[in-house]
Amino acid sequence: MRTTTRRAAATLAAIALLAAACGGGGLDAEIPTADDAQDTDDTDTSDDGDDGDDGDEADGGTIAGDLVGAGATFVNPVFVDWILDGYQATVNPDANINYQSIGSGGGIEQFLLEQVDFGASERYLRDDTLEEARETRGCDAIQFPIVFGSVTIAFHDEFYDGLILDGTTIGDIFERRITNYNAPAIQALNPDRELRDEDIIPVHRSDGSGTTSVFTTYLDLDDEVEGWTLGNGTEVQWPSGTIGGQGNEGVAAAVQQNPGGLGYLNQAYVLEQGFPQAQVINADGNPVFATLEATTVGAEVAEIPDNFQFDILNIGGDGFPITGTAWVFVWECGYDDTTAALLKDFWSWAVTEGGPQAEALGYAPLGPSLQERVLDAIDRINSAE
Amino acid sequence: MSTTLTPTTPPAPTGPGGLREIDAHTRGRKRRSLIARYVLTAGMVIALIPLLMIIWTVASNGVGALGWSFFTEIEPPARREGGGYLNGIVGTVYMVSIASLLAIPLGIMAAIYLVEFGHGWLARIIRFFTDVMTGVPSVFVGLFVYAALVRQFRFGTIMGAIGLAIMMLPIVVRSSEEMLKLVPDDMRFASFGLGARRWQTVQKVVLPMAGPGITTGAMLAVARAAGETAVLLLTALGSLQVVTALSGVAQSSITLLIYDGAKQPFDPGKERAWAGALVLMGFVLLLTITARYISSRARR
Amino acid sequence: MSQTSSEAPGALRVTGKARFGDAFFRIIAYSAGLSVLVVLGLMIGTTTRDALPVFEYQGLWSFFTSDEWRAGFSRTEFTGEYGAFSFIYGTLVTSLLAVVIAVPFAIAISLYINRIAPKRLAKPLAYTVELLAAVPSVVFGLWGLLYFGPTYVRPVMELLNSTLAPIPLVGILFEGPIFTTSYFTAGVVLAIMILPIITAITREVTAQVAEDQVQAAYGMGATDWEVMRKVILRGAFPGIVGGTMLGLGRALGETIAVAMLVGGSQRWGLSLFFGGDSMAGHIANTFQDAAPETVLALIAIGVGLFVITVIVNVAARALVWRIGRVAGDAAL
Repeated sequence: MRTTTRRAAATLAAIALLAAACGGGGLDAEIPTADDAQDTDDTDTSDDGDDGDDGDEADGGTIAGDLVGAGATFVNPVFVDWILDGYQATVNPDANINYQSIGSGGGIEQFLLEQVDFGASERYLRDDTLEEARETRGCDAIQFPIVFGSVTIAFHDEFYDGLILDGTTIGDIFERRITNYNAPAIQALNPDRELRDEDIIPVHRSDGSGTTSVFTTYLDLDDEVEGWTLGNGTEVQWPSGTIGGQGNEGVAAAVQQNPGGLGYLNQAYVLEQGFPQAQVINADGNPVFATLEATTVGAEVAEIPDNFQFDILNIGGDGFPITGTAWVFVWECGYDDTTAALLKDFWSWAVTEGGPQAEALGYAPLGPSLQERVLDAIDRINSAE
Repeated sequence: MSTTLTPTTPPAPTGPGGLREIDAHTRGRKRRSLIARYVLTAGMVIALIPLLMIIWTVASNGVGALGWSFFTEIEPPARREGGGYLNGIVGTVYMVSIASLLAIPLGIMAAIYLVEFGHGWLARIIRFFTDVMTGVPSVFVGLFVYAALVRQFRFGTIMGAIGLAIMMLPIVVRSSEEMLKLVPDDMRFASFGLGARRWQTVQKVVLPMAGPGITTGAMLAVARAAGETAVLLLTALGSLQVVTALSGVAQSSITLLIYDGAKQPFDPGKERAWAGALVLMGFVLLLTITARYISSRARR
Repeated sequence: MSQTSSEAPGALRVTGKARFGDAFFRIIAYSAGLSVLVVLGLMIGTTTRDALPVFEYQGLWSFFTSDEWRAGFSRTEFTGEYGAFSFIYGTLVTSLLAVVIAVPFAIAISLYINRIAPKRLAKPLAYTVELLAAVPSVVFGLWGLLYFGPTYVRPVMELLNSTLAPIPLVGILFEGPIFTTSYFTAGVVLAIMILPIITAITREVTAQVAEDQVQAAYGMGATDWEVMRKVILRGAFPGIVGGTMLGLGRALGETIAVAMLVGGSQRWGLSLFFGGDSMAGHIANTFQDAAPETVLALIAIGVGLFVITVIVNVAARALVWRIGRVAGDAAL
């Protein structure tokens, strides 16, 4: 993906710095550090990296078949399946695609800093970020939706499987206004269930995450949820008495490990693990499990604008109310030919052929008409030469 | 100490407690002493439990996922059985090797400076800060490499290796210094007497004599680097694939895979994490035990 | 004859080359020695430079005392709030807990090995305890997270919770709810991790108490225990404190195991069973996902952590210094 020259240069520079550091020349050693620190002080100098990246475009790619991506843990299961079991196993064994699920915030960050070839997140890039990206790279960032998924409430204990919750009670639980499973508000939603006296241990994401963003955006919907004060975003200030887990993986593990645990998780983790999960009341007042069907409803109902900036939350009918989308970010320019070709090939394959693998994990793939539009977007990779 | 002891030892409320007569008070003291012995022995035994428990738990949980494929295949999606840690093993070997090339010669030279030339204030300062450096949190080293290098040159093998080298350096310096000091000055003087220069003495007399000891220091440093995670989290990042590039592409390691494997909820992934821990711990303990053995022989 | 004798020590002949070699050698050794200082200096310089804007933005006092940590997402300016108290608290609580648990054991082991154990057993036992230090920290984390924490530490926490929580004042430390990953879990595993280094120093300093004092005490009819308590421990006291602080330094800086076991809630609580976060743990847990401004804030935490550990380490070294360095403690 990056040219050998750049790698060699980077390596040499790194070794040179170390050598300088080791050489005992105090002054010599200071110089690169000073430059370096300046880069960060002056935080809008992302264009530093840009210069380097424009370089490889000119050089042309020599390392065939390397792609590096980073971002959302929300889609990590399906991405890893696509890469290892799908694309590389059946279509293009020479490809070497690496996806690091470092979190959505990190995905956007690494993408904008041009540290990776593609980024992925459960929140779309807003206009100001796109503007910034354009300034950084000198061309547009392209974003397109890739799959839909639900954010599910998972329990530690099988006993609570199917427990009915609504936005307000979920909000109260995560703001610690409800701390016990036998709270009257929960009982009221579940008149036929015998509830136990047990402390609730809410588990949230400790890293910035699109899952959190989807979840809190839902809780922040004024007409549906009362009393939510934490706002929305990829990271919010959770109150005392909640526990953090890193990544969907971390939350799932923390829910497993803590009696009384209750956490919000991507449905793939819940389905795969057979976690007991809540039914959440949707806009039409129906309690719904986060099944593939309930997620697909969301994907179909959504009206998706041309710029692909949309949310699909709190739908009615049989749809699950807390449903999110995963976006992939790529650039309109600046890739070497191999990287661009591989990017196009992989993502086109994922959009057209990746459906069954996605569904097996509980993600709703793109519908036919949306597929066309997304393929058009994928075609724009490296088109602005 | 002994002055305070003299009056306190026989607080003697029991009157004429001679050494022969075993009165109630003395019996009490004896009993207390015996109890103390038991308590201390119990403390010793309890302290050994965690080590045995770790070895046993890691071995029994890890052996299941351990097979030939563990060393020849990369890690599949965490939900799926089989596969291995090839990507991590390659990364660890790659990064630790480079780190060793950077840190070990440098560390030995620094130790030579301290022992052969270092008599002034500078040597004392270096010695002191080497000690300080052994206590620097690994995450801080990671932050440094990230701030100084990764931001410009991306995550990658060389970044991880530099981070590991910084972790290894003080260990190599310290242990090599100990070993060089063990070489008797007589040997040096004998060498000088034959007309050898300082560097010739070091090269032909001191280093060969201290060789086994220095090797152990290097081995301990390698063991430490192989088990390091925090530094790599901030410099190598991790990878699904086997990475051979020296720079520019994020690299994996056994420890990073264990870290990820432990935190995710799927059993096959956890089993591989145990297996990875078994491999890593086996390697590190073997290295450590060998190093200790060599060094105890060298000291003799 | 002269032929052969000049063969072997030939390299030792004083030639111009050799003299030049000596100067060259000296410079190389000197630079290598300096490299340690340079690397350390670079580390401090680079990170401090990055951390300063954060301290300026948040205010130094507020950075260390406020518990409002709200990561920002900007690449150009500071927008978040960076009060690191929750993490500082977590670091201190877990480390102190670890020391409180580890020190009595370290003393017991030292006394046992030095005074009670059969001579043949002493060395192997000492090595075995030190072997614990070789276990990689991520293995401690894995073991603590998946096995030791849920199966052993959690029941202990439940027991302490049910017995000690009702006690006024002290009880607040043992209040529920109980988190499986908590200060307590991290502290217990940390205690195991720092046991070897504290033991190594303690063993060394208790062994160094002058034998004639010991014999004198025995001569006056002191029992084993009295000798240990009144002669050995008293004589070795400064060294034991030094070893303890060295262990404390390790505990403060320990990253991965704590990151996996401490909870990660970005909050703090008085209860030991609270799932909080530590400085190193917070850096490790959130670094990958952080926006540039938050990365700087994390570096600022790193600088704070560095300062704390260096102070503790320097104090420890100063105390242990006069008894000489313990062989191999760097590798512990």
